[in-house]
Amino acid sequence: MALQSLDIKNRSATTTPTPQARSTVEVAKLIDVSTCIGCKACQAACMEWNDIRDEVGSCSGVYDNPTNLTENSWTVMRFSEIEEQGKLEWLIRKDGCMHCADPGCLKACPSPGAIVQYANGIVDFHEENCIGCGYCITGCPFDVPRISKKDNKAYKCTLCSDRVAVNQGPACVKACPTGALQFGSKEDMKDYAQERIADLKERGFDKAGLYDPPGVGGTHVMYVLHHADRPQLYSGLPQDPQISPLVAIWKGATKPLAALALGLVALGSLFHYVIKGPNEVSKETEAEVEKEDAA
Amino acid sequence: MIRDPKDLKRYTASERVNHWIIGMCFILLALSGLAFFHPAFFPLTSLFGGGVWARILHPYIGVVLAISFLLIFMRFHRLNVMTDRDWQWLRRIREMANGDDHNMPEQGKYNGGQKLFFWVQGICILLLFITGLMLWRAWFDLPVTLVRVAAVIHSASAAIMIAFTFIHIYAAIWVKGSVRAMWYGTVTRAWARQHHRDWYRQIVGK
Repeated sequence: MALQSLDIKNRSATTTPTPQARSTVEVAKLIDVSTCIGCKACQAACMEWNDIRDEVGSCSGVYDNPTNLTENSWTVMRFSEIEEQGKLEWLIRKDGCMHCADPGCLKACPSPGAIVQYANGIVDFHEENCIGCGYCITGCPFDVPRISKKDNKAYKCTLCSDRVAVNQGPACVKACPTGALQFGSKEDMKDYAQERIADLKERGFDKAGLYDPPGVGGTHVMYVLHHADRPQLYSGLPQDPQISPLVAIWKGATKPLAALALGLVALGSLFHYVIKGPNEVSKETEAEVEKEDAA
Repeated sequence: MIRDPKDLKRYTASERVNHWIIGMCFILLALSGLAFFHPAFFPLTSLFGGGVWARILHPYIGVVLAISFLLIFMRFHRLNVMTDRDWQWLRRIREMANGDDHNMPEQGKYNGGQKLFFWVQGICILLLFITGLMLWRAWFDLPVTLVRVAAVIHSASAAIMIAFTFIHIYAAIWVKGSVRAMWYGTVTRAWARQHHRDWYRQIVGK
């Protein structure tokens, strides 16, 4: 086994357990939406560290640029203007992979080892094993993975697994000038979030709270939201995300059951032959035909 | 190729070619499709040159199958209309499976089981074709909920189609003298008389 920090807890399309003797601390990134100024330093740092360059687009009339995640933009700032009690609120959310504890992408992926979940909670795509089917997109409750038109591989935020592996924080966190991005153990991040939430509540945001959705087992990217009761306000952050029941049917118990059923049909046929023997034309019928010939 | 000149013609060369194009496509589709269906079958992708090639080829083979099936559907759908006699036959399928087919209702060119197979395959292929296009990310990009529904329907109809095809293949092996109809087109008169008495009468006039 290589770096302990890259120990794998879950592996796509793998039905046997991964090595689990070593255990490690779960990490998390905390995004405090209330202190984000929308400077996009995180976006720039992400491009820098990962050496990805999106095509230069054009202004769409709002700050969002690029307007959506792409195979070359693993994080984007989403700006939404809403009116709350007669006041304009500019809600800015850094979007990207949430690194779910129960990742829909990993569950849906048919290629062994193309998606892994490290023991520290990071969900990572190993593009060398990716077959480009797009099932990860179908499985993701947050619409995060993107398939490149150039190489047909799926890409998304790695939570800088390469940096985290050597005890560095993600590039975006490193670049954030206001401390809106924090990185550490999930435990510490939750504690820190509680301080921020208490502060927000004091300032009149009585619905402030932590976004760590239990429907996907919690996430390793969490948000502090001023309106935690209405996450949709933040450019459609899902209220109660979970792996779609359709994906659960598609990739759940029915899969081995259907495989078993097919095996039984095949075996049943074989044993039917062994038990009952072939269905041959009877001598009687043959004789009848011969008799007709003679007539 | 001439065998007994009194053998009965069951399939023309073009019908046979059509059938085997579907058969080959089916085998390739089942092998590559199962590979994406359950990890136990993933090694099957190496038959296609790896996972990426299997992913690339699967949908194109599917289109070939869909078109070939459409042709065979147009050829045979009239012969496969279900009648009361066919349902009767299906209700008594247990007798048939026990190898005791003497009292089964007399069958035309196709028996109830074959007709049922024909329609199940038809419906499955239609569903597989439509949902397959929806899942085909190289060409289409649909809303995720639709894709999820398509994924469930695609896998379910594929499982049903594979199960019925196993039975189709087994029935051909089990009923001796059947396979040759699809290889070189003819069956013996005794075979026809025993298994498709009504068809035999129509052809021979007895």
